[in-house]
Amino acid sequence: MSKEEIDKEMKELLKQAIAPARNTELPRDLWPQMLARIEEQPEPPYKVPWFDWALAVILSAVLIFFPGSIPALLYHL
Amino acid sequence: MELLERFAADDLEAFEVLFRQHQREVYAWIVRIVRDTGIAEDLTVETFWRIYKYRARFKPDGNFRAWARRIATNAALDHLRHARRETALPENLLCAASSDSAVRGEQRESIRKAFYELPAKYRLVATLALVEEETYSDIARAVGISESLVKVRVFRAVRMLRKNLTSLRVEVSVK
Repeated sequence: MSKEEIDKEMKELLKQAIAPARNTELPRDLWPQMLARIEEQPEPPYKVPWFDWALAVILSAVLIFFPGSIPALLYHL
Repeated sequence: MELLERFAADDLEAFEVLFRQHQREVYAWIVRIVRDTGIAEDLTVETFWRIYKYRARFKPDGNFRAWARRIATNAALDHLRHARRETALPENLLCAASSDSAVRGEQRESIRKAFYELPAKYRLVATLALVEEETYSDIARAVGISESLVKVRVFRAVRMLRKNLTSLRVEVSVK
């Protein structure tokens, strides 16, 4: 028997072993659960990405240690 | 303002309307993947929680149904990845096996066991394509991959299943 024939037979076997789901009707309204989930897990406050913090730290360090760069920075703004 | 615009603009009432409109369809999709009604209910809520959390990313002119199905598929896939592989199939979801079924009970059990040994991403597409007989294009849209990749995964799933069965020393024969 070729591999293709075995594969075809395998698909048939699978269909016979695992039947399609029958009861796919939702038994109840899930909105109360959803609402409880929203209430118990409030969204976290807006988070500043770590990269933005790193940029701010680097910029502050440059301004503190090299104050001479301030006019140059203002000139390029 | 349209319903989807209100939803994207953080309107909880609009979200409730969308939830009630789509919860049945999302649940039906998930239950066909995970094959457990209790887990499917939890994953339906998890899906809508993700939808709610990422509502700012939703474009009001987009397709909410397709977006929800994609998120539901990801939630179900996450579950398959983390859940124990040998989850038994609840009887209420299975069609009654006819007495003249060509596949003997023992062989059927071995096939199920081998099937649940498949990696989650292969089991997902194999369940939808071979068991639930969904079209490749629908599966591709839901999973977020190309149609040809769905075909490849189904092909590999069948090959892996055959290998698993060989290791279980199950003879592959319909008759």
